Amino acid sequence: MTLAPETTDLKIQLRLEDGWLTVCDLSQLNPGRGVAALLPDGRQVAVFLDRAGRTYAIDNRDPFSGAAVLSRGLTGTHQGRPFVASPLLKQRFDLESGQCLDDETVRVPTYEVRTS
Amino acid sequence: MSTTALGGDRPRPTIVLVGHGMVGQRFLEALAERGLTATHRVVVLCEEPRPAYDRVALTSYFSGKTPEDLSMTDMEFIEKEGIELYIGDPAETIDREARKVTARSGLVVDYDILVLATGSYPFVPPVPNKDAKGCFVYRTIEDLLAIEEYAKTRSTGAVVGGGLLGLEAAGALKGLGLTSHIVEFAPRLMPVQVDEGGGAALLRTIEDMGLTVHTGVGTQEIVVGEDGAVTGMKLSDGSELATGLVVFSAGVRPRDQLARDCGLTVGERGGITVDEQCRTVADPHVFAIGECALASDGRVYGLVAPGYEQAETAAATIASDEAAFVGADLSTKLKLLGVDVASFGDAHGATEDCLDVVYSDSRAGLYKKLVIGRDGTLLGGILVGDAEAYGTLKAFTGSVPPVSPESLVLPAGTGESAQLGPTALPDDAIICSCNNVRKGTIRGAVTEHKCTTVPEVKKCTKAGTTCGSCVKVLGQLVNAELEASGVEVDKGLCGCFAQTREELYEIVLALRITSYQQLLDRHGREGAQGGDGCETCKPAVASIIASLAPTIGADGYVLGGEQAALQDTNDHFLANLQKNGSYSIVPRIPGGEITPEKLIVIGEVARDFGLYTKITGGQRIDMFGARVEQLPLIWARLVDAGFESGHAYGKSLRTVKSCVGQTWCRYGVQDSVRMAIDLELRYRGLRSPHKLKSAVSGCARECAEAQSKDFGVIATSSGWNLYVGGNGGATPRHADLLAQDLSDAELVRLIDRFLMFYIRTADRLERTSTWLERIEGGLDHVRDVVVHDSLGICEELEALMSAHVANYRDEWAETINDPEKLARFVSFVNAPDTPDPVVGFVPERDQIKPDLPLLTIGTRPLEGSAQR
Ligand code: SRM
Ligand SMILES: Cc1cc2nc3c(=O)[nH]c(=O)nc-3n(C[C@H](O)[C@H](O)[C@H](O)COP(=O)(O)OP(=O)(O)OC[C@H]3O[C@@H](n4cnc5c(N)ncnc54)[C@H](O)[C@@H]3O)c2cc1C
Ligand code: SF4
Ligand code: FES
Repeated sequence: MTLAPETTDLKIQLRLEDGWLTVCDLSQLNPGRGVAALLPDGRQVAVFLDRAGRTYAIDNRDPFSGAAVLSRGLTGTHQGRPFVASPLLKQRFDLESGQCLDDETVRVPTYEVRTS
Repeated sequence: MSTTALGGDRPRPTIVLVGHGMVGQRFLEALAERGLTATHRVVVLCEEPRPAYDRVALTSYFSGKTPEDLSMTDMEFIEKEGIELYIGDPAETIDREARKVTARSGLVVDYDILVLATGSYPFVPPVPNKDAKGCFVYRTIEDLLAIEEYAKTRSTGAVVGGGLLGLEAAGALKGLGLTSHIVEFAPRLMPVQVDEGGGAALLRTIEDMGLTVHTGVGTQEIVVGEDGAVTGMKLSDGSELATGLVVFSAGVRPRDQLARDCGLTVGERGGITVDEQCRTVADPHVFAIGECALASDGRVYGLVAPGYEQAETAAATIASDEAAFVGADLSTKLKLLGVDVASFGDAHGATEDCLDVVYSDSRAGLYKKLVIGRDGTLLGGILVGDAEAYGTLKAFTGSVPPVSPESLVLPAGTGESAQLGPTALPDDAIICSCNNVRKGTIRGAVTEHKCTTVPEVKKCTKAGTTCGSCVKVLGQLVNAELEASGVEVDKGLCGCFAQTREELYEIVLALRITSYQQLLDRHGREGAQGGDGCETCKPAVASIIASLAPTIGADGYVLGGEQAALQDTNDHFLANLQKNGSYSIVPRIPGGEITPEKLIVIGEVARDFGLYTKITGGQRIDMFGARVEQLPLIWARLVDAGFESGHAYGKSLRTVKSCVGQTWCRYGVQDSVRMAIDLELRYRGLRSPHKLKSAVSGCARECAEAQSKDFGVIATSSGWNLYVGGNGGATPRHADLLAQDLSDAELVRLIDRFLMFYIRTADRLERTSTWLERIEGGLDHVRDVVVHDSLGICEELEALMSAHVANYRDEWAETINDPEKLARFVSFVNAPDTPDPVVGFVPERDQIKPDLPLLTIGTRPLEGSAQR
């Protein structure tokens, strides 16, 4: 989903089993940084916006430390793919697939996210 | 596959491995590499309560490694290869007739191939009361945990055995705070590895460290008190040694009982007898590898490298490949209590007609001996006190070195000494003896497999992954090879920028660039332009922009506009992230001086928010355990009481420590507290390539430890001496004297120039110490630039610093007054009032600590661990 980030009144929504959950306004996201959202069942999701206005959502839990901090990592692009680096021990995670780029055996869940 | 007679209607032949130690694990890896895990069912019986771990590095537990750090077992590997691993379930009987193994749990497994890798057990001499409370051995993680626990209640410990392991154990006891003794039956320490001369040098150094060594005496009896716990030991010379704890380290014996019980052949002095293929001589279906095996050369090897070779040999044989284990080298190198000890090849000069070359300086604890053949061939040697040359010497063993042997043992700088670069080595020289990796293989990793860094080469070749003693030589080889193959080493900051940090600084300053995106899009690497950058260059560029902010016209506030998105999480929340996702708070306490009123405020804030409070190593107070949404509330109180950010989170000035100085101290010659406060207030908030620390001492006694700081100041009767480039941390460095007897104004001007020159030219995350050693010309060059203005830039450096000083604002005061910024300080964007449920605390010593089990709830269980 690509949109000019300056478009106002738009909501960020996550796809859950039973429909879309609105988590915040698009204007609450800063390009290059994330926010954390709490799901009704207690799971935590990290939502990111990149420079081009694309949004991504992955589980907020850092699988290496167990702390819920991935939303506080720095994002970037590596070989054209978006990633976030965990703020604790700096492992990178692909924002589209959740795959850890430093350890092929680790992956975090991803969520479908849209702006509407 | 002659040995894998398929039994009955079982779909795949079964390999059972008994013992999941270091060698067992390597055997599993070798099976997988040869595809045998796909064609066979593999079952592992593991006695210990945890899968294979690095026993060689066992002692590093006492220097902070956790049992998890020591683990050698990747559970994903076990899972992926379909290996059935039974943890805590040892094999109890073997029925060779029926080819069945029965484990303690009652599990029975039919095998086609049985591999015994049961290792050794520590030998405990049969002295009275050897099993008393307070007696331990030193072999497993469980042993160490038990020793650590027991040592808490004792003040003296003794180790029986002065061999390699005994010394390690004694070092560990000393590290646990015990007065430590070593009792060795032989006339010298490490009798197997070193000769008399080496033993003397070792003894001297070990005694200098405060350990008491008793050689030439045996242990006759363990003395126990009324409660049955150890109180001392009787020695063979009639004396008694008072000790509350005893560790037996008198050698190891092969664990061959299981093999004996099922009628396999064992050697006279133990060890399961095997042939060159590591197959037992009694039964073609059974193999034995590692420390439990008696190899075909009649030896039981107590080192991991030969065990690894045996593991490879057994796996190859099972795959019907040619392989043989015909013996191995017993070279060892260790660093014990900071002393290097190494022995290699024919260390004791057993070869006929050989000659010794010895250099010895027992005052300095140095002893080096090389054993040379008649024709000049290097046969072996012993190095004590300085084993720098071990890697190269070992690799030259068996050949005639290109320089004279004498020059190789003389200390560097004595004129005659020669340094042999590893590039002079032949391709078949073994560089990593733990993993049997030759120089040619390492070169191949660079030339054929395109490895460009040491970690890549380690992964590719396994070299350097066990004891680590070869890593230095490895690094030299990799660099030499890269240079030789004309690979231009990319000095760029990261994948986004081809420039160094210094070059980016010059671009930002010259072109007055105030935006990261602009810098990336105009000056980034081709593929990176227009992208989102990365976590390496974003904070580095943010730091450059912040250092230069007033001069280039950027916002001096690190959370202003685009800059907020560039900061590491610590700077982004102006606090330090802790392991459970909470934050710590460090208000600035300039020079370590604080009023009782301010102390009370800190106490009240910590109490009201339930924070853990600790005095830091930087003469101030840290409060831990704040949730992100509490940070603004806490800082509102602190700012109100006159506190400012301490920048404990930033790559910026941390603290300027002080000693009490002339005002109170009878020796003080200057007011060190005032100077420390002045310097801390002058440079607070200055963003730099790495953190900056300072200290000011009131006289040469140096109570503030200024010589370990990036810039340290020591008072003299006529002014101040300025030291630069000091460092604590992992690689401590004493600071160098930059200038003497400076007035207050001269001191400040010189520090201004020094810091700005460092900020301009250092690499990312390069402390002043490493910078000073890296830049061409070193200290002399820096002195020329900042004292003698050889580059004519001093005026500019001073102007940059005065702009910084004039524009300083407190980040926290600015943040709590900005509602838009404050909105970020929430755990959840959609539930701003809900705290993160993973952040919890439990009590400890009347305060809190992170509730770590909370972090594991709901995380993905490690696949494979479900088996048990
Ligand atoms: C809190 C404190 C330990 C304590 O309880 O006393 C501490 C805590 C941390 N130190 Fe330190 N250091 C603390 C004093 C020191 C000192 C002593 C000193 O400053 O006199 C040193 C040695 C001096 C030196 O730096 O040369 C020190 C050498 C390090 C190093 C190694 C630096 C090096 O060049 O080798 C690191 C790692 C790094 O920065 O890369 C480090 C890193 C850290 C980090 C930032 C690790 C991290 O990333 O989480 C810790 C976080 C602080 C926090 O969460 O609040 N800390 N650290 C001390 C804070 C002092 C302060 O008031 O600001
Ligand atoms: C403190 C210390 C320091 C050392 N330092 C060095 C060094 O610097 N360099 C070096 O080369 N070597 C060193 N060693 C020796 C090295 O650790 C061993 O050579 C190596 O671990 C041998 O591997 P292994 O697999 O044969 O035996 P182990 O690693 O001992 O593994 C054998 C495993 O088999 C298990 N087992 C036994 N019986 C059964 C059974 N019936 N059923 C199931 N499981 C069973 C045991 O519990 C054990 O876990 C050191 C050893 C120690 C203790
Ligand atoms: S450094 Fe000198 S002046 Fe300062 S406290 Fe120590 S002895 Fe006193
Ligand atoms: S020699 Fe031990 S890891 Fe290379």
